[in-house]
Amino acid sequence: MEWLTALLPAFFGAVLSALGMGGGGVLLIYLTVFKDVDQFAAQGINLVFFIPIAIVSLIIHIKNKLVDFKVAAILIPAGILGVFAGSKLAGSLPDGLLRRLFAGFLLLIAFKEIYSAFKKPASEEETNDGRSPAKK
Amino acid sequence: MKKMKKTLAAAAGVFVGFLNGLFGSGGGMVAVPVLKALGVEDRKSHATSILVISVLSLFTIGMYLGNDSFHLTDALYYLPGGLAGAVVGALLLNKLPLRWLRLLFGGVVLYSAIRLFFR
Repeated sequence: MEWLTALLPAFFGAVLSALGMGGGGVLLIYLTVFKDVDQFAAQGINLVFFIPIAIVSLIIHIKNKLVDFKVAAILIPAGILGVFAGSKLAGSLPDGLLRRLFAGFLLLIAFKEIYSAFKKPASEEETNDGRSPAKK
Repeated sequence: MKKMKKTLAAAAGVFVGFLNGLFGSGGGMVAVPVLKALGVEDRKSHATSILVISVLSLFTIGMYLGNDSFHLTDALYYLPGGLAGAVVGALLLNKLPLRWLRLLFGGVVLYSAIRLFFR
């Protein structure tokens, strides 16, 4: 049963991820808002969930020569420092506080999405902005 | 790449990693605009951000596993649906009205933020 109820949010989360819409947060939102999973555990699940999706996308992106390895080589080592600090903080904060911080972060994302929905015309640029791994 | 740009990239990288570590998500929201600002074209920015975030996520998972509140097996349920969704999402990309999806997604996220805050 758990497998079945997990299927839908996972499916839609991944669809949105592939569409480049910050879908990485959908499963996390489902787990914390609707399933009452602890914030920290939900974040861990969300991270593991992202890895196979990323691998599928990357295989296609690298084939299409869309990955800029030079810039990634700067961002990744620097990012690892940030990961260390962020994870330590996440692990040490009370779960309720971490959840509220995440809620604040979601608020920013919501405004950004709604703003960009109104800002851009529904032109070709919007649907063809290269966010598809399937697109040449 | 100029020194100035490299410094900006490194600083942004730290921030992206921090978000990834703190929230287990959200790094892409910052990484994509930063890559664009560094002069990487739109499509490449998105693809490159996936590489950056996935490597950082592996490190974050490692860190999280050191904490007793998270176990790798908790995530297994979600993998089959996720993989199917990734393929469908990629195939549908050019066929969906992204503006309405964005609006719907924004609305759901807004509702979630409020509900989560008062949980």
